[in-house]
Amino acid sequence: MSETITIGVNHITRVEGHGNIKVDVQNGEVKECKLEIVEAPRFFEAMLEGRHYSEAAIITSRICGICSVGHQLASVRATEDAFGIELTKQNHQLKTLLDMGQYFESHVLHVYFLAVPDFVGAPSVFPLVATHKDVVLSALKLKKLGHDIGEMIGGRLVHPISMIPGGFTHMPTVKKLEEILNRIQDAKEELKNGVKLVSSLTLPDFERETEYISMYRDGEYAFIDGNIFSSDRGEISYKDYRKVTNEYLVPHSTAKRAKFSRHSYMVGALARFNNNYKYLSDDAKQAAEDLGLKPKYYNPYMNTVAQLVELIHIVDNSTEIINDMLAKGIKNEKPVIPELKECAGVGAVEVPRGILFHEYTYDKNGFITKANCIIPTAQNLQNIEDDMNDMVPDSIKKRTKEELTLDLEMLVRAYDPCISCSCHLLDVEFVNE
Amino acid sequence: MSKPKVAFFDFTSCEGCQLSILNLETELLELLDIVDIVEFREAMSEKSDTFDIAVIEGSYSRDSDLGRLKEIRETAGVVVALGACAHIGGLNALRNSQQREDLLKKVYPDHPDWYETNEKALPISAAIKVDAVVPGCPVDVKEFVHVVKNLVLGKDPGLPTYPVCVECKLNENICVYELGKTCLGPVVRAGCNAVCTSNGGVCIGCRGLIPNPNLNSQKDIMQKYGLDIQRIIDSVNLFMTENAREVQ
Ligand code: SF4
Ligand code: SF4
Ligand code: SF4
Repeated sequence: MSETITIGVNHITRVEGHGNIKVDVQNGEVKECKLEIVEAPRFFEAMLEGRHYSEAAIITSRICGICSVGHQLASVRATEDAFGIELTKQNHQLKTLLDMGQYFESHVLHVYFLAVPDFVGAPSVFPLVATHKDVVLSALKLKKLGHDIGEMIGGRLVHPISMIPGGFTHMPTVKKLEEILNRIQDAKEELKNGVKLVSSLTLPDFERETEYISMYRDGEYAFIDGNIFSSDRGEISYKDYRKVTNEYLVPHSTAKRAKFSRHSYMVGALARFNNNYKYLSDDAKQAAEDLGLKPKYYNPYMNTVAQLVELIHIVDNSTEIINDMLAKGIKNEKPVIPELKECAGVGAVEVPRGILFHEYTYDKNGFITKANCIIPTAQNLQNIEDDMNDMVPDSIKKRTKEELTLDLEMLVRAYDPCISCSCHLLDVEFVNE
Repeated sequence: MSKPKVAFFDFTSCEGCQLSILNLETELLELLDIVDIVEFREAMSEKSDTFDIAVIEGSYSRDSDLGRLKEIRETAGVVVALGACAHIGGLNALRNSQQREDLLKKVYPDHPDWYETNEKALPISAAIKVDAVVPGCPVDVKEFVHVVKNLVLGKDPGLPTYPVCVECKLNENICVYELGKTCLGPVVRAGCNAVCTSNGGVCIGCRGLIPNPNLNSQKDIMQKYGLDIQRIIDSVNLFMTENAREVQ
């Protein structure tokens, strides 16, 4: 590779969002690696001011289509936290199932449609229809399952309808639950093939230890309820999320960044895997072993692999929930109507890309006076940039410009960023020359 | 004859409409029988310089996007606005009641000057001529396929001109007005199979108004049920900030 180069990857494709990678190398020395976020600002926190509690989840859902379930969950949990509404067991189960539906959709999309093409050297999933038809069909089937779980619980998966603060306006039928249960069993077989496929691929060999942050709840692989856990500092109350996120701005990004104990931290599947490994189902642990993934794993490219492991766990977890619901019978619980008062609350949930926080302050009539949303991708941005800065000086000596461009694109994609949340993505630009 | 080329573009949006299209299954294959998808950033790295149908998601909220929009308009024979953001400004337009400077100060208090945004978030038709729309937040994917098929055949997009109430009644729902709630179903364009009211919700108007909506009759319904007119103005506001003025 030449002594003085500039890589510029503009609008990294296959990531939901608009972002650019900039690498500036002068005389063999890396001057700068940047991840620029060039998405139009959307102003959700400002739009929420003055809106009624019943609208908060409808509005925040539109922050990001692929994370819409997650935003609704965090939003509803924050409102419930503010008004002191406790989750009934069934409400907890329905929310978890809805979250699982989203994990299915999102992880399958990422592993099969966005990441696998890189590993088999295809520009997108479309050419795979000719070369790997079985894989594509399997992926479509799995994605559809996620979609149908979401539809069963929420009415639709992109911007669900029936989850409101205090409960659900619509209950799944026994027939539907049974049908989904059967399909989940089939999905497990499909996923085992996925494990075989992915274990045959070679991922870039790069490691950098960082701080891993996820949710934590004693006894379970936490999704919608629990505290925060840092691999550096242990458990922290979800109410204290601001102590963890410490948001700040950088000039080259419309997305805010976060840091806690170190210069940056990582959230998402790998962070959850590292922090909550012991609570994975036995088959998920087995899949991890087959894929060569052990806690603590420091290779960010393995985030994609951790997602596949989570899919197996989710199959087992949702089977358990549905069996329990079928055994106990579905109660027609009406949503709790909150008693309005001046109050504030925090919602913390694990969504496919990592831990997500919403916080609202309400006036005595149930209208929002202040809102804050902290998105997983924003929390990861600095960590991605730190990975790039760690990787490039060494790679630049060994890899061609083309190879390095792909390494960087794949690195960003491994984090599964949905930049539309934090603001869109990618273009690698090698500045200079 | 070669198949028409379709390209997808996104501006200020949540990308939920494009995502919904990725969720097409059998219909996606049907669609690929009649068109070629040449650009779709969310799913492919390939890019194309030529296309016949441009499908645009998102609102127009930055001057710097105008150049790209104009280029798309010049290249494409047909421009389709995909989803509420592109069609009517959508939820993005909720910000339009606040001043640009205030918004920037609220969300980026330390550096309001670092970020570019227009005074308002507007439908795509505010920047370039739009030939067809697929309404909804998100769009109904079956309707999307239906519209594309019609366009390929050179026909009218074929959107329903009747209100959501018609579909809602066919689904045998109890009208939410009987339950003391408000609903925009009487004045909002059908085509979503009344998905919200059929799942225990109310229509919040994401598909925009029907042609010649009788807004007074909507007010009459509200009054008949003794409901607060402010609540309906607020809910019209959610997706149709610009139309909300007519209601007031
Ligand atoms: S119309 Fe709705 S679903 Fe579609 S991009 Fe806009 S906010 Fe997202
Ligand atoms: S619930 Fe809404 S859409 Fe359904 S009939 Fe009543 S007003 Fe119309
Ligand atoms: S019922 Fe109303 S709010 Fe719901 S999808 Fe249809 S038009 Fe949109």
